[in-house]
Amino acid sequence: MVSTIYAMLFYLAVLVFAGGLAMRIRQYWRTPAPLKIPTTPAPTTKTGVWMRMAREVLVFESLFKSNKWIWAFGILFHAALAVVILRHFRYFQQPVWTVIALVQPFGVYAGFAMVAGLLGLWARRIFVPRIRYISAPSDHLMLLLLIAIGASGLMMKFVSHTDIVSVKMFFLGLMRFTIEPLPSDPLLLTHLGLVALLMIIFPFSKLLHAPGVFFSPTRNQVDNPREFRHLAAWAARLETGAAKKN
Amino acid sequence: MHLMDDYKIVHDENGEVPDPSEMPDFVPGCMAGSKPFRANSDIQGGLGFPGGITEDNKNGLVDNWQEKAISKLGELTGKYRSLRVYLDSCVKCGACTDKCHYFLGTGDPKNMPVARQDLLRKVYRRHFTLAGKYVPWLVGAVDLTEDVLEDWYTYYHQCSQCRRCSVFCPYGIDTAEISMAAREIMDHVGMGQKYCNEILGKVFKIGNNLGLPQKALEATLEDLEEELEEETGLPIKLPIDKQGADILLVTPSADFFASPHIEGLMGYAKVFHEAGANWTLSSYASEAANFAMFIGSYETMREVSLRIRKAAEDLGVKRIVFGECGHAWRVAYSFLNTLAGPFDFLDPNYPVPQHICEYTWDQIEQGKLKFDKSQNDHMTLTFHDSCNVARASRMGNKPGGQFEIPRNVIKAVCNNYVDMADDTIREKTFCCGGGGGLLTDDIMDIRKKGAQPRMRALKEVQESHGVTHMAAICAICKAQFSKVLPEFGFDREAIVSVHQLVSNAIILTGATEGPGSEAMDDDDDAVEAAE
Repeated sequence: MVSTIYAMLFYLAVLVFAGGLAMRIRQYWRTPAPLKIPTTPAPTTKTGVWMRMAREVLVFESLFKSNKWIWAFGILFHAALAVVILRHFRYFQQPVWTVIALVQPFGVYAGFAMVAGLLGLWARRIFVPRIRYISAPSDHLMLLLLIAIGASGLMMKFVSHTDIVSVKMFFLGLMRFTIEPLPSDPLLLTHLGLVALLMIIFPFSKLLHAPGVFFSPTRNQVDNPREFRHLAAWAARLETGAAKKN
Repeated sequence: MHLMDDYKIVHDENGEVPDPSEMPDFVPGCMAGSKPFRANSDIQGGLGFPGGITEDNKNGLVDNWQEKAISKLGELTGKYRSLRVYLDSCVKCGACTDKCHYFLGTGDPKNMPVARQDLLRKVYRRHFTLAGKYVPWLVGAVDLTEDVLEDWYTYYHQCSQCRRCSVFCPYGIDTAEISMAAREIMDHVGMGQKYCNEILGKVFKIGNNLGLPQKALEATLEDLEEELEEETGLPIKLPIDKQGADILLVTPSADFFASPHIEGLMGYAKVFHEAGANWTLSSYASEAANFAMFIGSYETMREVSLRIRKAAEDLGVKRIVFGECGHAWRVAYSFLNTLAGPFDFLDPNYPVPQHICEYTWDQIEQGKLKFDKSQNDHMTLTFHDSCNVARASRMGNKPGGQFEIPRNVIKAVCNNYVDMADDTIREKTFCCGGGGGLLTDDIMDIRKKGAQPRMRALKEVQESHGVTHMAAICAICKAQFSKVLPEFGFDREAIVSVHQLVSNAIILTGATEGPGSEAMDDDDDAVEAAE
């Protein structure tokens, strides 16, 4: 029964996550940027823009300029999350790739680092008046959700082990569209339920910053407006409209 | 109104000028009463916008304004990727919260960039997101009520669209994009701003922001030519509507009448004269400014820009050069090719358009201009990077040319130059406090408060390095500083044009007066270089 519910839940979560995200990305892709608005100084070549974007996404360049505390907690959380996600790849692979095997011991530390980063961000949200002012309930709950995911995961490692062999069988089964039994200890079910919830709300929440940054015109545009004419389709129609009038 | 002493900069307990970025006390709502005058129905109608205040309609709003505002918001999120991505992407990290000069100067939390964006974002969420539709309380979504609209009007007119926040945002969210969209929406429900919309009406009727008619403009230029001849003994011309000139100069109309702008204009004229350029102004396009950017109206911005294209075509020029104006340079550099291009009828050997600083620096590099730098020795200069030049455009071939070229020009004509603190210049520059369509006396309090970070940075170099004057290349900055400098205890004339400095120091071939005349006797290089 639990296995079936969780199987359905994860199919739904993957569908919503992938489908919702694809729709958002499609929407961002198709929405024109009618004017050249890179925040200057900006790169004058495409390669330069790729490098700017890489610095933005990998080391949070702008955030570093802005606020060292937010940067430190933010990068701690995101980098740790990346390692934790890599560590979890082993539940979906048989055999496990070497690189994923190598990541395993770091993944445990990363779990703590991730929660530490999140707690730091949450502390700022609570104690810095400026940030408290701009926080909606969802901003607090999002951090709580991520912390709960991290904490429940860590507890399975350090407090109450679950049968990870069965967990792996369950997920490998899902990938072949068969439902294998899932252990039903509460920590695991909490952990998995929250992850599914996170996946489901991803395309409808501020987590859209993840795809959003790649579509940010102030960061992804080449500074070359004098050399190349940049014209959106709807703006081009103004020109033909004017021509007809004359 | 405040007493003058209110804004005087007070030293901290260590006897130092307070940090321009110092956190203010948090005073919610303290600027809620500061809003610019509303446009009446004539002004609105002049730009094709509906509504506006009339005798019978005191709030000026159109019928079904909520519905129309929401539908406009939906339309804009489909037309501007920036708007859509920025409304979705903010994670409320707080990185921008202490970056806005209006927040630093007022302490009103709604002047924090993210809070300013949220005024629109919370309505976007209510109507265009799943969570906002079903659980608005959870994500801070609200309906567009009259109070919310009033907040939009107030706080989107306390944003100078300077983009300082966008430098610091991890996703590059640019509050200017949001405030432009908000103003565009408000214009379409009858809630236009008098200052910007009235000025745009003048551009369409008369050709410039000041409403200076052709005859008056011609008379002004003649007076200036006389003045230049008196000063230099040379027939330095300020040609207007000269058919077949090589260069069309488009400059802010403030350059025709206000100080220190006009001294800058005389500087351009001297540079063109000494370079032997065949140039002209245009009475049809007698305005570089394009306030349509401030109100977020692509269509209006395009129409204003097309005037420049038409002037260039009609006069048969080969190049277009822009005078000292910040947002005009953004529209010119970043948008002109989009709005009014392609400019394939101009000389392909030069970028279209060019900035007057690029032109002058180019002449200096070619050795065509000579200067007597001692003519500026009575000043120690610093340079105020204007936001639209710094963060929304470029000069020259390399990123950052917009910082180097004006400084190079200043250093070529002045002996004493000092930069202000690093986190207050270049891409981190602080707005003058009057940009983005806020340069109107009805919101003098926000203008003064917004100038505070820049004034502190200036005070610091005044005390540490004896800086006496600040140069700028923006008509709005110059007008704003002329007004606020005395409030902060500086000399009103401490703001100068970059080309005013050029004008002071340039050695003109054959001049009977001024720096050129002394140099003529003993400096043959100047003569050779001019040939």
